[in-house]
Amino acid sequence: MSCMQSSSNTARARRAVQQLRIEASIERIKVSKASADLMHYCGEQGKYDPLLMGIPASENPFKDKKPCTIL
Amino acid sequence: MGEMEELRKEADNLKDQITEARKVVQDTTLQEAVAGTTLVGRVQLKTRKTLRGHLAKIYAMHWGTDTNCSKLCVSASQDGKLIVWDTLTTNKVNAIPLKSSWVMTCAYAPSGNMVACGGLDNMCSIYNLKGKDGNVKVMRELAAHTGYLSCCRFLNDSEIITSSGDCTCILWDIETGTEKTIFAGHLGDCMSLAVSPDFKMFISGACDFTAKLWDIREATCRQTFSGHESDINAIGFFPNGNAVITGSDDATCKLYDLRADQELITYQDSGIMCGVTSLAASLSGRLLLAGYDDFNVNIWDMLKAERVGVLAGHDNRVSCIGVSSDGMACCTGSWDSFLKIWN
Repeated sequence: MSCMQSSSNTARARRAVQQLRIEASIERIKVSKASADLMHYCGEQGKYDPLLMGIPASENPFKDKKPCTIL
Repeated sequence: MGEMEELRKEADNLKDQITEARKVVQDTTLQEAVAGTTLVGRVQLKTRKTLRGHLAKIYAMHWGTDTNCSKLCVSASQDGKLIVWDTLTTNKVNAIPLKSSWVMTCAYAPSGNMVACGGLDNMCSIYNLKGKDGNVKVMRELAAHTGYLSCCRFLNDSEIITSSGDCTCILWDIETGTEKTIFAGHLGDCMSLAVSPDFKMFISGACDFTAKLWDIREATCRQTFSGHESDINAIGFFPNGNAVITGSDDATCKLYDLRADQELITYQDSGIMCGVTSLAASLSGRLLLAGYDDFNVNIWDMLKAERVGVLAGHDNRVSCIGVSSDGMACCTGSWDSFLKIWN
């Protein structure tokens, strides 16, 4: 680890306190709302999620088309 | 009381304030909130393509933006090459020899015009894919980091963000090759970064076990997320930009909500004891695909935090993973020198 050294320990400590002040002052929403929004997004977008819904072979550009033999 | 002692006290008080403020909004847990949600059914993806060509460990891959006719991605290997692949045909569109073979990251510009890479050379090299004579050449070498380049991501053709073992991230002006903003604050090597869907923010994961959310234009760190017990190797945004997913050497992934400013859930299993190397979310965010040191990719139901699938197919560590921007396929890259396309 080669962290950038600051000019002094006090300068670094002052910066750390300043940063903590910024982080302490933010607005927070309730976990219930955060969870509900995530669930809502997954619910709405899930039907368009190919890996979740599965991709029909005919619509899968990655699936190799195998030749059919009619017996 | 000396100034250092006062500052230490104030720092501790502020940390307690943050812990309290997070508790105040914790009126429930994600686990409780999704109690009535049905678990995703077993997810079984198949290998559709194997991209062969690298001669050594693959360290990174990144999908290009989809177009109607192609699905391109770029990969970086310690064989000293960047390869741009047409994943539908498995053809190599470009094979770019690198000055330094110690590459650790690569990125595809959203425009498709450039790719970038870097590693133990401490530099981020930008390559122009659309040069006049058809040859791919180094366009810029961005040098200022004093440690290895762990990750890079383009904002557009003129700006790129890098993360480094020197504990900082940098926003570069590609035109002039100079640093626009240095994001300092991590106390350990920065290992990974991801840009928000609206390109206004980015998140970084580091060896100080924390993830930080940065405002690109304000040049500030907005939030810091703790909880991991070891290095964070991989980081990504939940598709709506409101949450962050991290993967760590402590064998877990975590979901942090940005607006609630806290961890919502941990993705762990007593059977998993090795580090997470890489991660990607499916299009809707419902699935979390995470690569591990034990050569597998585990697929998690992101809401219920239960494993719903495994991608087993590589013969060595899965070092990188990505989901294409239309969500149609997942690509894994491994130390076994192969990339695989799954869906």
